[in-house]
Amino acid sequence: MVDDVVRATGIEKSYGRVKVLDGVDLSVAKGTVAALLGPNGAGKTTMIRILSTLVRPDAGEATVAGHDVVREPDRVKQVISLTGQYAAVDELLTAEENMLMMGRLGRLGRVESRRRAAELLARLDLVDVRKRLVKTYSGGMRRRLDLAVSLITRPPVIFLDERTTGLDPRSRQTMWDIVSELVASGVTILLTTQYLEEADRLADKITLLDGGKVIAHGTAEELKSRLSNEQVELSYADAENYEKAVVDLGGSALHRDPQRRSLAVATDGSAAQVRVLLDRMEERGIAVATIELQRPSLDDVFMSLTGGERS
Amino acid sequence: MRLSWALTDSVTLIGRNLRHLPRNIDSLLMAVILPVMLMLLFVYVFGGAINTGTEYVNYVVPGIILLCAGFGASMTAVSVANDMLNGIIDRFRSMPILSSAVLTGHVVASLVRNALSTALVIGVAFLAGFRPTATWLEWLAAVAVLALFVSAISWVSVCLGLIAKSQDAASGFTFAFAFLPYVSSAFVPTDTMPVVLHAFAENQPITPVIETLRGLLLGTPIGNSAWLAIAWFGGILVASYVLAAYLFKRRTTR
Repeated sequence: MVDDVVRATGIEKSYGRVKVLDGVDLSVAKGTVAALLGPNGAGKTTMIRILSTLVRPDAGEATVAGHDVVREPDRVKQVISLTGQYAAVDELLTAEENMLMMGRLGRLGRVESRRRAAELLARLDLVDVRKRLVKTYSGGMRRRLDLAVSLITRPPVIFLDERTTGLDPRSRQTMWDIVSELVASGVTILLTTQYLEEADRLADKITLLDGGKVIAHGTAEELKSRLSNEQVELSYADAENYEKAVVDLGGSALHRDPQRRSLAVATDGSAAQVRVLLDRMEERGIAVATIELQRPSLDDVFMSLTGGERS
Repeated sequence: MRLSWALTDSVTLIGRNLRHLPRNIDSLLMAVILPVMLMLLFVYVFGGAINTGTEYVNYVVPGIILLCAGFGASMTAVSVANDMLNGIIDRFRSMPILSSAVLTGHVVASLVRNALSTALVIGVAFLAGFRPTATWLEWLAAVAVLALFVSAISWVSVCLGLIAKSQDAASGFTFAFAFLPYVSSAFVPTDTMPVVLHAFAENQPITPVIETLRGLLLGTPIGNSAWLAIAWFGGILVASYVLAAYLFKRRTTR
């Protein structure tokens, strides 16, 4: 599509013998938020690093705002801003100095740098501490400054790599609000997250990544509708019964939780189906302690698709 | 990239490193006070027993200045390692800037820091009886030799900072700079050393720098030391600059 600001096809990347990305396709339409969702080690950060020209892909092509990330990195750099997992700010400068430095490096004039710095420090609630060295900041303040710094040049394409991991609820809310404001102003955002709630709430499109492969792509609703409407969760009194049930139902389990010794299985919610399930357990001599009916969440989609255990 | 932008980037990043100087006060003081203490120790404790054919303070000042640069080298290596480890380098590299200017910033800051610490060491040396006989031209030449020496070891420190996987490792790597001057003619005449050490001390790169500085400041014979010093540290400067560019690229494009 012409309107895709970010386009990637068949991206591959290996480190040594480990294939981190294995043929990833991705597209983000102009003025929308896309989320790359996946567990640790899924390849989300590597994908972002390739799109922001920091890492060269082994195979595949990617463009940002029409510019190839390998052949025209400088063009790409002019339209993007990258906010990584760790606050990339200078500890020995004040917030204001950090802002001005990045403004100057971002080709803003002195006056414009100052104006934008004041504006963003106010927006991110850092005005009172703007003259303090960043090394005295709390983790949350650092991350807010990191975001402010990345916005100073008004980039039309923003990459946010796990920006809310470890944030307190209030900072996370501020972050979410800012993402919404930015998108409303026409900015295109690609974010990575491990939080389904976040992807559900912010993203127009979600790409689910696991083991370096795209395992699902669509809106949150589309992904949820891939699951049956209801599920039944079976809990077991002891590890022995739980293990037996895992062996028996493992393949059809939506997710399993060894700590709580529970398994979830898709159902249409009818009493008949639940009875069939319980009869089957009884035939195999597996004692079920409790049962619970649940509606699916994006979590369940995630777990069933990635085949992981619930953390 | 437009030249004026490259210039703005360099100026901005040099400014960044210069701002760091007074804020890194602990390590700055360490890099300055330690050599001054050592100088006082050598002059007043050991100096009386060392026969150099001149006032010991006159003999030892060039060595102390190099030692000072050696201690400063660890600051450069640590701050480069810091940039590589804490993610700020990714931000710089995702911006349309001359990212190698990050390294230039560190080297220029190192030169400024060394100018300050050298001035302080010489000031204290004067109080302890240091009486150089140099003309202003010889002073200028001494400053030039020193600037070459400091630039060279700053770029080597940048390389070490780029190799290091942690700040501590970066600091540890630079210990040679603080150690090599001892096995040179910096503190004692080399002919009192055992044969092997003597051969090493005579032929290692620090000795010609010491001899050149001593010759310029005190009028002792320089011989071919000046050319040796320039060849050694000119060579080290070029090699470490090229190596730094390579290491920077390798470290940052994976």
